[in-house]
Amino acid sequence: MARTRPRVAIVGAGPAGAFAAACLLRARGDAEIDLFERLPTPWGLLRGGVAPDHQEIKRLEDAFDRQTLKRGCRFLGNVEVGVDVSHSELMRHYTAVIYATGAQTDKSLGIPGEHLPGSWAATEFVAWYNGHPDYREVEFDLSAQRAVVIGNGNVAADVTRMLTLSAGELERTDLADHALEALRASRIEEVIVLGRRGPAQAAFTSAELRELGHLDGVDMRVDVNDVELDPVSRRWLTEAGTFTARKNVELLRDFAARPARIDARRRIELRFLHSPVQIRGTTSVEAIDVRRNEIVRSDDGALRARALDEDVETIECGLVLRSVGYRAVPLPDVPFDERHFVLPNERGRVLTPDGEPLPGVYAVGWIKRGPTGILGTNKRDAEETVSCLADDLQAAALPQPPNPAREQIDALLAERQPDLVTVEGWRAIDRLELERGRSQQRPRVKLASRSELLAAAR
Amino acid sequence: MTYVIAGSCIKDDSCIEVCPVDCIHPKPGAPDFETAEQLYIDPQVCIDCDACVEACPIDAIFAEFELPAKYEYALELNEQFFDEQSTAERTAA
Repeated sequence: MARTRPRVAIVGAGPAGAFAAACLLRARGDAEIDLFERLPTPWGLLRGGVAPDHQEIKRLEDAFDRQTLKRGCRFLGNVEVGVDVSHSELMRHYTAVIYATGAQTDKSLGIPGEHLPGSWAATEFVAWYNGHPDYREVEFDLSAQRAVVIGNGNVAADVTRMLTLSAGELERTDLADHALEALRASRIEEVIVLGRRGPAQAAFTSAELRELGHLDGVDMRVDVNDVELDPVSRRWLTEAGTFTARKNVELLRDFAARPARIDARRRIELRFLHSPVQIRGTTSVEAIDVRRNEIVRSDDGALRARALDEDVETIECGLVLRSVGYRAVPLPDVPFDERHFVLPNERGRVLTPDGEPLPGVYAVGWIKRGPTGILGTNKRDAEETVSCLADDLQAAALPQPPNPAREQIDALLAERQPDLVTVEGWRAIDRLELERGRSQQRPRVKLASRSELLAAAR
Repeated sequence: MTYVIAGSCIKDDSCIEVCPVDCIHPKPGAPDFETAEQLYIDPQVCIDCDACVEACPIDAIFAEFELPAKYEYALELNEQFFDEQSTAERTAA
């Protein structure tokens, strides 16, 4: 009998899914890959997460396109697995299914007032300014003078930059038009960025921190006392600190030593060792209460923040962006690890609750390892998952699905999602966005609603 | 002369794969690989062959004299990374 070509569905066309498709095509040139995506557009957070003023990173799209769609991998956009088509249906049509669905929600702070109007997950703000169609109708109130960003990672740095860049700078990006209009009219003059731990533990990359301190017309304030490291942090930095942590502390000391710029258009203030305890307001955010922390070494050696027994300080503000991490959500009919918020897996093979591999089901990216690492991390992650899949195919461990013909899944999808977006539809969207961008001297002007995207794809 | 990796590096390891003199670090598997925010080129070892520039999917690598102003700091940063541990020490480990 002739060997049949393995049919693989990858669910989620973000960086993890794209790296997995590219890697699988290198490992198994005979694989037929269908890349399922909930949105009408591919590349996930590369399009919808990476900040609009970081266009150079978006060049990765070209590599993804070259290594996947241009090599015969099919794009099946505007199809939601678990809604339009179920996991068990996929298993009837494919030899293997790789989940690459990422981490779609945010971690909560668990403090009173967290859900007041005007308090948002930073990821919602990111989705809005990057033209995610689910956020087209959302309105951010930017009429207050002060915003508070909670968190010290790169998403916190991104949203702080977007709140402080000038209209002229924003106009050179592919920021969504509705966000450009709102940010042009923004009255925000000051952004306070709160870090629960100290300067040595900040999760910013030194590149993002440096950038934040060198924005045109923006003053960067860091309190000199904040950059005097406590003995616990000083020891940790010497003994176990990373190159990035040492660079961050150097940068923060430089920022703290700068004279204040009274002519600045806007101001960023980084405050360390502060945790929010309550967000206050009657109908919307009016202020946030914060308390000082100290750094202590816990039994497992990790440095954590402990609240000091001091009065809370109230900071008036009209906008709070919470950026304390992403979290994955369970997928219908697929095992889920409720403690670690990932698909239970071993090197990418998804496991049953008994710890046995679930034949033909794999995971890659944040849904596999949790929301850590940067774009390129997904490449090694994909190599691991794909090597397991390739081994299983080699060992003939995966049964032939009952409905293996391409026409069979196509017929099912035609019935379930008449507005399916194929690669031709995506290319039409891409062309239109790039054309609109050229006429405005911008890298791209995004179509930011589902109806516009689908109309362009037809 | 040396090539320099700028701060937009996403740690795609294509450059490491093509470097003929193994001067790009940390490499996958090295103890500091996961925590590194980017990859760095050792200016003492780099032979200016251009292979990494071709391999980088986001054009994050520049010849020293072509570094854009916003990444000027990166020349010193790449060098400093190897002050802590040289390529020779890393390759011997």
